[in-house]
Amino acid sequence: MSGAVDPAWQLTRSAVLRDAAGVSIATGAYGISFGAIALAGGLDLWQTVALSLLMFTGGSQFGLVGVVAGGGAPLAGAATAIMLGARNALYGLRLTELLQLRGWRRFASAQLIIDESTAMSIGRDSPQAARLGFYATGLGVFVLWNLGTLIGVLGAAWLADPRALGLDAAAPAAFLALLAPRLRGREAWAIALVAALVAVVAVPFVPVGFPVLIAALVGIVAAFLPGRTGPEGASGIDEVVEEIDPPRDGAS
Amino acid sequence: MTLWIGVLVGCLGCYLLKLAGVSVPESVLKRPRVHRISALLPIVLLAALVAVQTFSTGSSLVLDARAAGLAVAGIAVWRRAPFLVVVGLAALTTALFRLAVPGT
Repeated sequence: MSGAVDPAWQLTRSAVLRDAAGVSIATGAYGISFGAIALAGGLDLWQTVALSLLMFTGGSQFGLVGVVAGGGAPLAGAATAIMLGARNALYGLRLTELLQLRGWRRFASAQLIIDESTAMSIGRDSPQAARLGFYATGLGVFVLWNLGTLIGVLGAAWLADPRALGLDAAAPAAFLALLAPRLRGREAWAIALVAALVAVVAVPFVPVGFPVLIAALVGIVAAFLPGRTGPEGASGIDEVVEEIDPPRDGAS
Repeated sequence: MTLWIGVLVGCLGCYLLKLAGVSVPESVLKRPRVHRISALLPIVLLAALVAVQTFSTGSSLVLDARAAGLAVAGIAVWRRAPFLVVVGLAALTTALFRLAVPGT
């Protein structure tokens, strides 16, 4: 935070902002389809707008609309949305450390916790870049998702199917690009592959949104596997942990 | 009216879950086991999100144009292409694949 701006940070900064813009635009396009689908599902304009502003977590919003459109009780829709939103609590665990949230900022920042802002934050090399990734993506998606919802509600059916533009592949591709730098060493690859496999296998058996939660168990189990952080360097799982999250004491 | 109640209860529940995650005290997060779990979560969550968002629609497993898009994204990542190029190529490949093979 001194007067001189670190040129390396400037490069990182523009890269993080560019990434955030890309993800926000792709997600905003999905907001258009959400608006259109919610209206078709029986919600009115204000209910649809309220969901995007106040719930602001795409999976849960589609979940609620899906239940209501299928003739389900509104409270059953709410329950589905809440269950789908459980993963955001998990994201928060990781983000607390990165974002250093204090006081009122915690209440405002919590609303921005979604798949995209988390993914664009936890993959970064420094806490500074992680914070920028979170807020740039969170705010960018918030603005464009709500704008998209409004456009969708007001009848822009022409973009109601983002699949035609291949935008449904944009998010997983973005997450893959963020995952790749973390895959150093056999242990990291093994953990990632097992998690992906567990999630895919779970898809037909559990409600939407749960496969990712179940895959999180892989991380919890892996944390209990043998590994040592000794004087000769870390081994096993600790090697992966150190790679991701180097000890903070010392030069940084 | 009941629809409004469902909407607002859902919104409140989702917000409280978001808040709960960032309200766990730091002393708990500093425990070695918890720290290891939270350090491994990015790999696990990102891998699971990639897999689920590529190979499923709702509650069914599907192999469609997205797989082609992701394969191209994988090659682009391996060749160290910039982030937006990776995402753009994935979307373009997926869209073109859908044009070529309708129904995917």
